[in-house]
Amino acid sequence: MEKYNTSDIPKSSRIPRLVEHLYAEMPKIESARARLLTESYQQTEGEPIIQRRAKAFAHILHHLPIVIREEELIVGSSTLAPRSCQTFPEFSYQWLEDELDTVAGRSADPFFIKEETKEELRQIHQYWKGRTTSELATSYMAPEAIRGIEHNIFTPGNYFYNGVGHVTVKYWEVLNIGFEGIMAKAKAELAQCNVGDGDYARKSRFLEAVIISCQAAMDYAARYAELAQQMAEKCTDPDRKQELLAIADNCSRVPAKGAESFYQACQSFWFVQLLIQIESSGHSISPGRFDQYMYPYYKKDVEAGKITREAAQELMDCIWVKLNDLNKCRDAVSAEGFAGYSLFQNLIVGGQNKDGEDVTNDLSFMCIQASMHVNLPQPSLSIRVWNGSPHDLLIKAAELTRTGIGLPAYYNDEVIIPALMNRGLTLEDAREYNIIGCVEPQKAGKTEGWHDAAFFNMCRPLELVFSQGMDKGEMVGVPTKDISEMHSFEDFYDAYKQQMDYCISLMVNADNAIDVAHGERCPLPFLSSMIDDCIKKGKSTQEGGAVYNFTGPQGFGIANMADSLYAIRKLVFEEKQFTLGELKEALIWNYGKGLDQQSVQDLAQGILKEAENAGRQVDEKMTEAVVQSVLSMKLSKEKISRYEEIRNKILEVPKFGNDIPEVDYFARDVAYTYTRPIQQYSNPRGGSFHAGLYPVSANVPLGGQTGATPDGRYAHTPVADGVSPSAGKDVNGPTAAATSVSRLDHFIVSNGTLFNQKFHPSALSGREGLEKFVALIRTFFDQKGMHMQFNVVSRETLLDAQAHPENYKHLVVRVAGYSALFTTLSRSLQDDIIRRTEQGF
Amino acid sequence: MDYLKTAGRIFDVQRYSIHDGPGIRTILFLKGCILRCRWCCNPESQEFAIQKMIVQGEEKIIGRDVTVEEMLQVVEKDRAYYYRSGGGMTLSGGECLCQPEFARDLLRGAKERGIHTAIESMAGMPWENIQMVLPYLDLYLMDIKHTNLEKHKAFTGRSNERMLENARKTALSGMTRLVIRVPVIPGFNDTVEEIQGIARFAATLPGVDKIHLLPYHRLGQDKYTGLGREYLLDGVLPPSAEHMETLKKAVHAVCGLDCQIGG
Repeated sequence: MEKYNTSDIPKSSRIPRLVEHLYAEMPKIESARARLLTESYQQTEGEPIIQRRAKAFAHILHHLPIVIREEELIVGSSTLAPRSCQTFPEFSYQWLEDELDTVAGRSADPFFIKEETKEELRQIHQYWKGRTTSELATSYMAPEAIRGIEHNIFTPGNYFYNGVGHVTVKYWEVLNIGFEGIMAKAKAELAQCNVGDGDYARKSRFLEAVIISCQAAMDYAARYAELAQQMAEKCTDPDRKQELLAIADNCSRVPAKGAESFYQACQSFWFVQLLIQIESSGHSISPGRFDQYMYPYYKKDVEAGKITREAAQELMDCIWVKLNDLNKCRDAVSAEGFAGYSLFQNLIVGGQNKDGEDVTNDLSFMCIQASMHVNLPQPSLSIRVWNGSPHDLLIKAAELTRTGIGLPAYYNDEVIIPALMNRGLTLEDAREYNIIGCVEPQKAGKTEGWHDAAFFNMCRPLELVFSQGMDKGEMVGVPTKDISEMHSFEDFYDAYKQQMDYCISLMVNADNAIDVAHGERCPLPFLSSMIDDCIKKGKSTQEGGAVYNFTGPQGFGIANMADSLYAIRKLVFEEKQFTLGELKEALIWNYGKGLDQQSVQDLAQGILKEAENAGRQVDEKMTEAVVQSVLSMKLSKEKISRYEEIRNKILEVPKFGNDIPEVDYFARDVAYTYTRPIQQYSNPRGGSFHAGLYPVSANVPLGGQTGATPDGRYAHTPVADGVSPSAGKDVNGPTAAATSVSRLDHFIVSNGTLFNQKFHPSALSGREGLEKFVALIRTFFDQKGMHMQFNVVSRETLLDAQAHPENYKHLVVRVAGYSALFTTLSRSLQDDIIRRTEQGF
Repeated sequence: MDYLKTAGRIFDVQRYSIHDGPGIRTILFLKGCILRCRWCCNPESQEFAIQKMIVQGEEKIIGRDVTVEEMLQVVEKDRAYYYRSGGGMTLSGGECLCQPEFARDLLRGAKERGIHTAIESMAGMPWENIQMVLPYLDLYLMDIKHTNLEKHKAFTGRSNERMLENARKTALSGMTRLVIRVPVIPGFNDTVEEIQGIARFAATLPGVDKIHLLPYHRLGQDKYTGLGREYLLDGVLPPSAEHMETLKKAVHAVCGLDCQIGG
C-alpha cells in the first residue's frame, strides 16, 4: 500500500440523514442511569467502594434501555432520545435539583425534561445526600481554599461537581484482545496475589471489580447483538436487514474478543468510547490517535479486498456522528463556561511514532475527511505538526479549517515532546502523545492527567494587591504592603507574586481535596482496566494506578496581566503620570463609568462584612442603608475626566500581541508568576502539578466576576482568551500576534496553551491561500509556539447569525479550544467572538 | 550605506499581506500618485502632502516621513514568515514610483538582505523611474486598466500611452518577472471586449505569463467621506462572481495567459 492517499472521498447519502435525525429535537434529560445506580448502591451498602462501583456499573449496563437508531451502522447509545443525557448523582446533584425547572429554558445548552423525570430524580436525590464526591471534597478542603472559591479567585468546578474524565485509554488493547483478554490479565494478576500480601485486601477487590466491569461491558454488547437480531427478523427492507445482521454479528464478537475486521474495530472502539461515559460523567474522553490504532485493521481489510476506502469512510463518518450523540448536562454557570454541548472528545491525527518516524497514513486523511462530511463539532479534531509532517496533511487540514467549522486545532510536536519529557515522560512515550479535551497533551493509556483541574483567574490576585489581600470585607489573600508604601515597580510586582503564590496554594488545596474525594467515593474500575499500570498495581486511576499522574489547572488572563503590569511599571513608576492610589480609585470607579450593579453589591458587601467583624449587628435595615449610601456616592466631573484620562494614557501604552519584544518578554515573565509556582506541588496520586494557559470559554463568565484591570479593561467584561492577546489589542495582524505569542515560554506550560486566531474565509481562498495559511502555522511553530486554532467566518455572518439564529442552526465556530454551535452560545460569548480582531487583508 | 538614509513618505504598512505577490508579504504603501482613478480604494494615497482624514469619527494624520533603514527594520520582522512561504516585501501606493529614489533604495535594501521584492505600479511614470528600480526588482505587478486612451483619461485623469510603452519596455528588459493586473470596474472596463483587449495586449509582452483580474470593491468608500471628497462611483455594485468567471473565460479565449481572479 502507498503510504497514504490524499484524494477526496465522496460522502455517503446515509450521513446527512443520520445528522438530521440527531438534531431533529432538543436534547433531553433521562433518569434511567440515576435510578439503576441508586438501586445498586442501596443493595451494596457496607461493601468496599470499588466493588460497589463495579456492581452499580454492571447493574446499569444490564438494565439501561438500549436502542438502535434509524440507519445506524455503528450502534450503542446511552439514552433513548438522540443527543440526550443521563445524570450522575454520585458526583453531585444539588445544582440539578435546584435547576430542574429552569434547565429547559436557559440560554446556554438547554435540556428538555419531563415532569415525571423531574419527580423521579427528586426521589433519587434523597438517597445521595451526604454521599457525593462533591460533599466529601468540601469537607476535605481548607476553609481558606473554600473562601478562595467563593471569592472567584479560582474555580475547581469541573471535578468538584462531575467525574474527572480527561483521559485516553488503551483502545488498541480492546481492539486487539477484547475485554476477555483484559479480564484474563486481571485474573492472572489475581492468581499471583498471595492472601498474606499487605495490599491483598485492596488489590484483590480492585481486580475483582475490573473483572465484573469487563463482564458487564460484554453483556451490554450482547444485548445489542440480540436487539439487532430481533430487528433484522422483523425488517422488511432487505438491505437494512443485512445491515442489522452485520451489526448483530459484530456485537456478538466485540468488544468481548479481538476485532477481526475494520468494521468490528469501529464497533469495538465505539463501545469503549460510550461505556467510559456511562461509568462516569467526566468529559474529554479523548479517542486520541485513532488513525494509528485503527490502521492495522484498515490496512488488512483493504489489502485483502474486504473493504473499499469509500465503505471505510462511511463507517468512520458514522462514528463521527455517534460522537455527537453523547451529551452531558452541566450546571447553568458551567454551561456558560463550556458552552456548545461540547464533550471535548479530542481525536488527533499525524505525528510521530515512538521511534520518531512520521506515521501519517490513509486514515489520517480520512479523519479530516470525516469532519468535512459530518460538519459537526465532535470530535474535537487535532493535527500533530512537526518538522517532518507531510505538506499534504497540512493542506488537507487547512481545507477543513477553510470550511469554517473551527477544526482542526494544530499542535507542535517540536514543543510538546520536550515539554512532556521535562515532566518525566520517556522519549518514546512523549513522542506518542495525544491531546485531551481542549489542548492538554499526555501519553495515552498511561496517564491520569487531571487536565482542566481548575480555572485560575490571574487578574484577581492583582486586585488583592490594591486591597492588601482583602476582598468584600474578608481576608482572601495575604496582607501585602499598602500601595502607598510601594516605591518601585519591584515592590508592586513582588506583592503580586506573593498574592499569586498564596492563591495558587489555595487552589492546590482545593484540587487535592477533590482528588482524594474521587479516590474514596468514585474509583472507576472499568476505566482503570484500560490504563497502565492499574491492573499490575491493583489500584484504580483515581487512587494512583496510572503510570503518569498529573494535575493541570489552567490560568487565564495572561494578556491582561502582562498589559496591566507593564502599564503600571511605565506610567506609575517610570513616567509618574499617576500614583497607585489614583489608579486604585480609577479602577474602583471603573475609569469614570461609575459603579455597575455588581460593583455596588460588592462594595456594600465589603462594608457590611467589616461592620460585622467589628461586632455590629447586620440586619436588613442596615443592609438597605449601606446599599443606598453606596448608590448615592457620586463622582465629580473632575474625577470622571481624570479617570478617563488615566485610561487613555493606559491605552496608549504598547500592548502584548504586537511584536514588540520588550512587551512580549515582559509577558513571558508575568506568565511565570503562574507557571513556575504550580510545578512545586504534588497531588495525592503521587504525581505533580503543571500549568496550562487556556480558558476554555470561561474568560467570558469569569471576566464577569473581575473588576476593572489596569490594562484599561472595564469591570465585568471578558478577559483575554488563552495566550491570545486581549481582544482588539493586537493591531499589527496575524504574524505580529503569532510572533508575540511565541515569545511566551510554551515549554513550561506542559498542560497546554491556547492561541486563537480569526480569519476571514478569503484569507484561505484557492490553493495559494491554503499554502500561505500553512506557512503561517509552520512559522509560528518554528518560533516554538505550541498550539494554534482558527475561526474562519466573516463578521457579517456572525452578526447575521445573532440576529437570525434560526438560519444558522449548524454554524460551528471554534470557541477557545473546541468547536461549538454558534447559536447555542450565550449572547456575551457570541459578542466576544465577534469582537475578536478581524485580522489581515 | 548612504542609501539606508534615503527618506520617503508612506501612509501605511501592512504585514501579513497575502494578495500582493507570492507568499506572506509586508506591503509598504508609498504616498502620492499622478492618477485620480475614480475607483481608487486608497484615496488618501493620492496626494503626496500629509493630510487629515476622519476615521470612525476621529481625525487621523495620513502620511509620515521615514527612512529606508527604518522601513527595513519593519520588513525584517516577518522574515521567518517570508522564509516559510516564499514571501517578501511589496511596495504599493499611491504610485510607488512617484518616489523613485526611495523606492529604489527600499528594494535594494531588501534584495541585499535576501528578501524577495515586488512592486504594484501602473507604469505611468517616466521610463527612467522604472529603470532605476529594475535591478532590484523580482516581480512587477503592473496595472493595465484599459487599452482605450480616451476612456482611460476620463476615468483616471491621464492617458495611457506611456503606460503601454513602459509595459513593453519593462517586458523587453527581461530584468523582472512581470504580471499584468486589471482592476475590473463596472462601467469602465468590465465588458468582455475591453478585458479581451487588455489580455491581447498583455499576451504580446514577452515573458508575461499571468494576468490577474481584480474585482472592484467598495471598501474605500468611507475614506472619501473622511477626506471630504465625493465618491464618484456611488451606487456601483461589485461585479458578480459569475461575471468574473465570464471574464476569466474571455481572457482564456484570446490568449494563452494564465488568468486568476483576485491577487
